[in-house]
Amino acid sequence: MNRRLRWLFASPATLFVILAMVFPILYTVRLSFQSWSGSLTRAPRWVGLDNYRTLLADGRFLDATARTVIFTVGAVAVELVLGLAVALLLERPFRGRGLARTVILLPLLATPVAIGLAWLLMLNPTVGPVNSLITGLGLPAQPWLSSTHSVLPTLMLIDVWQWTPMMTLLCLAGLATLPAETYEAAAVDGAGAWQRFRRITVPLLGPTMTAAVLLRSIDALKTFDIIYAMTGGGPVYQSETLNIYGYITGFEQFQFGRAAAIVVVFFLIVLVFAIVLAKLNSRWGVVR
Amino acid sequence: MKRVLRYTTIVVVLAVFLAPFLWMVLASLRRHIDITSGRLFGGSFTLRNYRTVFDDFQFGDYVVNSLVIACWSTALSLLIGLPAAYAIARGGMRRTAMTILVARMVPGIGLVTPWYILFNYAGLTGTYTSMVICHMLVSLPFVVWVMMNFFEGLSTDFEDAAMTDGAGPLGAFVRIVLPLSLPGVVTSGILAFIFSWNNFLFSLVLSSKSTKPLPVAMYSFIGYSEVDWGGLMAAAVSVTLPVLVIALFVQRYIVAGLTAGAVKG
Repeated sequence: MNRRLRWLFASPATLFVILAMVFPILYTVRLSFQSWSGSLTRAPRWVGLDNYRTLLADGRFLDATARTVIFTVGAVAVELVLGLAVALLLERPFRGRGLARTVILLPLLATPVAIGLAWLLMLNPTVGPVNSLITGLGLPAQPWLSSTHSVLPTLMLIDVWQWTPMMTLLCLAGLATLPAETYEAAAVDGAGAWQRFRRITVPLLGPTMTAAVLLRSIDALKTFDIIYAMTGGGPVYQSETLNIYGYITGFEQFQFGRAAAIVVVFFLIVLVFAIVLAKLNSRWGVVR
Repeated sequence: MKRVLRYTTIVVVLAVFLAPFLWMVLASLRRHIDITSGRLFGGSFTLRNYRTVFDDFQFGDYVVNSLVIACWSTALSLLIGLPAAYAIARGGMRRTAMTILVARMVPGIGLVTPWYILFNYAGLTGTYTSMVICHMLVSLPFVVWVMMNFFEGLSTDFEDAAMTDGAGPLGAFVRIVLPLSLPGVVTSGILAFIFSWNNFLFSLVLSSKSTKPLPVAMYSFIGYSEVDWGGLMAAAVSVTLPVLVIALFVQRYIVAGLTAGAVKG
């Protein structure tokens, strides 16, 4: 294809993305230096760095930032380990493997708000089955989403339930590309199952898993639907991530300038992850 | 012994992933009194919750809204995404590829305020047009991502032959490349549809009463009902079921699409 034709083919999509994404981002950056109540008749007022200064002294913002990072790192780490474990479990053929692979697709394809509602019922202290099950096993009932201490770990647990399958799928795809001869040779040389896993599987899957972890981290940072539908950031702000706090500041408190500043900080955090992804990509060429 | 252990583990793992769905369906078929007293098995089942949701809360209208928005955004994403993916795959336009794929990474919360203002100026606030436009930003990157990997894996022999026979590049693309790429087009279309169907944040801010799609309608249903668990679960099942049915039928395609590009074979 020649140059002009390439541009012709690519330009509608490129133009659309620039109009629908690049322009709004620039607008948000500008808005973060302004004060605006969202009124379409009263124009935004320029306030310089005030919004950012307020944020630095805002405990709720700093907590939300830390919480966003904790949520992401914690959930993704567990998802990686469990995802690989489930992949190794499902890798070898067995009767019903097709069905098993369909089942693990369900959590990541189902509508997040619906999943949130289902888990609200599952974890409900009085009518939910989860507490009945664990008290039946002789363990103490848990407050789950209703306690300030357990709400964030509970949401992380749900994220793990929802996204471990994605890690499993990526690991399975990666495992399918590994050369069988290497394993056979290692087995002939007397390497045990653990050694084969440690010395062959992990190094060869490394690039795939790094890419998976970064892509998943970017999505986990942005988690909104389930948290907003289940807790709205509560109790007492204890499940408020940057995404939720930004939304509440803008669309519930009508401080759009300050909300924009929160979003800009949030952008920067996501950008760090994206840059790391791009760097690793150019080294290993795993994701394009 | 080892085999029994392995099968038991598999069954337990699958049960954990399935449990919330089973519970959701079960609760949606039970009377309120049965759910609150913790009796989910035995006794009679009822469709009353679904009647409440569809008759009293007009869920049928929201199903239509969701369908209209998801179908249009998928169709338009395919229309502009397929040629772009083809140009990227054949012409190596890395910067263009990055621009489009960054749309997947940008936090949606930073886009909704400017969109709201823009749509207001354009007189499009709360219309289907505005909903389709913002949903396209969700579905387009999926189409481009899946299809540029698919096109790269496709041999150029056929289109070269077609062009030697006098077909133009556009003709070769439409008549030769696209039919050969049907599995990829189906995959990317399904994924684009599902992620538009599931979208919550954009719709929460930008939809109006008459264009509200299912996830937002379901969310507002929480406030209406004094924790009517049966009704809530009937709503949740109605939203999730179409997606799960699609997943059952085209499982293999979806897996291929979701893992596209992450693994170099």
